[in-house]
Amino acid sequence: MDLYGLTIHEAHALLRKREISAVELTAAVFERIEEVEEKVSAYLTLARDRAMAQAAAADELIGRGACAPLTGIPLAIKDILCTEGMRTTCGSKILENFIPPYNSTVVKKLRTANAIIVGKTNLDEFGMGSSTEHSAFMLTHNPWDLTRTPGGSSGGSAAAVAADECLGAIGSDTGGSIRQPASHCGVVGLKPTYGRVSRFGLVAFASSLDQVGPLTKDVTDCALLMQEICGHDAMDSTSVPRPAPDYTRALGSGLDGLVAGIPKEYHVEGLDEEVSQALNDAIKVIEGLGATCREVSLPHTGYAVATYYLVAPAEASSNLARYDGVRYGLRDATSADLMDMYRDTRSKGFGPEVQRRIIIGTYALSAGYYEAYYGKASQVRTLIMEDFKQAFQACDVLLAPVAPTPAFKLGEKLDDPLSMYLSDIFTLPPSLAGIPGLSVPCGFSREGLPVGLQILGKHFDEETLMRVGYNFEQATDHHQRKPKL
Amino acid sequence: MKISRKQIVHVAELARLHLDEAAVELYARQLGDILTYMDALNRLDTKGAPPTSHVIFINNVFRDDEVKPSIPVELALTNAPASEDGSFVVPKVVG
Repeated sequence: MDLYGLTIHEAHALLRKREISAVELTAAVFERIEEVEEKVSAYLTLARDRAMAQAAAADELIGRGACAPLTGIPLAIKDILCTEGMRTTCGSKILENFIPPYNSTVVKKLRTANAIIVGKTNLDEFGMGSSTEHSAFMLTHNPWDLTRTPGGSSGGSAAAVAADECLGAIGSDTGGSIRQPASHCGVVGLKPTYGRVSRFGLVAFASSLDQVGPLTKDVTDCALLMQEICGHDAMDSTSVPRPAPDYTRALGSGLDGLVAGIPKEYHVEGLDEEVSQALNDAIKVIEGLGATCREVSLPHTGYAVATYYLVAPAEASSNLARYDGVRYGLRDATSADLMDMYRDTRSKGFGPEVQRRIIIGTYALSAGYYEAYYGKASQVRTLIMEDFKQAFQACDVLLAPVAPTPAFKLGEKLDDPLSMYLSDIFTLPPSLAGIPGLSVPCGFSREGLPVGLQILGKHFDEETLMRVGYNFEQATDHHQRKPKL
Repeated sequence: MKISRKQIVHVAELARLHLDEAAVELYARQLGDILTYMDALNRLDTKGAPPTSHVIFINNVFRDDEVKPSIPVELALTNAPASEDGSFVVPKVVG
């Protein structure tokens, strides 16, 4: 068995028994990268020397009997999380050579757990996009069909996991950016409850929506990564002081008595018939495992895209005001005066999608328009949250598609930003409500493209999501299929 | 919904972005389409619904007023486009 094909928990078992070493495992992952990276292009930065040194240190610890679940495990990090001393670009020219002087809390926790950082993965610039095509640097290709996008914005992380170019990865999700690429690449992806994982060191896009989460080969691995990265952080005042449960212990219990709601508004025009079929098959499997499925209503679903695409760009326009060429990042040195420096730096440094969202956001917040746009959207957000609260009075989880279609072709949606936004219909409402969402592989299209099932839960109920995901996964074999690269 | 060229130029100025003519045209059209789509929100009765900006209710997240160390100046300057004597160098701001 090629070591790079292992899951985190499989590798851990072999490391603990000293059947393999962290150095061998990490070397195998880098060899795999050499073999397939030209086709996939998941990584913006690779840190081979540093990773091999981390692996040697991990082996030393393992030799002394200290082998924890993530010790010596090679992971990829989306390039929107600060890694001390390692270039962090956010997929943008404005941060092309930015080297953070500190670690994000999530990376710090992973390093404390002695995981290996393989490198930084490609993304849509500042997390803004659903295809990773808005990276300023390169295109990432879906390992299942290289002519298609891996989804986005965590497309690099999802592709790297699917292509076995790491044993697991970290991404970020604001409107679907973990769940959707996970679905398009046939891997597991979790957006935690807002406040469950620290955002310190996560370069901010929309502060009331952003969350960091894992992308993995199976649900057990997801639980292992979540266990390590979640928790209150004094450096993030929006992180919640709530202890983390034991996520792996909860997995094995069955689904007897579980009630799953199926939102009727999610049967939209434009929902691909194969996605719909895969969802229906998944519902039957889950019923077969002892759960009861019932229809529920989320009446404000149709307003979610408009709400999100006012709230998120508004917050982004504020968060991205810091990129002014003064203290870090690109500075246009040819500018005659200060205002020109700001304008030229930002216009040269930000790509078109980022500029578009800054313009939408600035417009929505500007005097005379604030109430009609941002104010109104914030009220609708309350109604969307209420929808979920109502639904969860009668259900433990909700089951939904992740995206209306499987992965689309590179270039297909670039000329029509609105059509790209509309494809986020299923992932946006949970983001607006702050509830957790898990994407697990649930089937393949006739063309062999992965389809994901979205499992949504109450605030801080990641345990139930992962229990459902785990039981479903063990009753199927979708997660065992690999792309032919 | 039609967004005028003047509106785009105004918003771009607020956002400190410089747009050429082609970009102004493009964004005016795309923003127009997007805002037309968003007009749907106005058909919704939101009377009495409070706005949400915090999805998880926590408040008064304070720490004790103790002086803690900051990162050293040299470290803070590592990504500076221009620096001198422990300060960031910028074009003239006043006058």
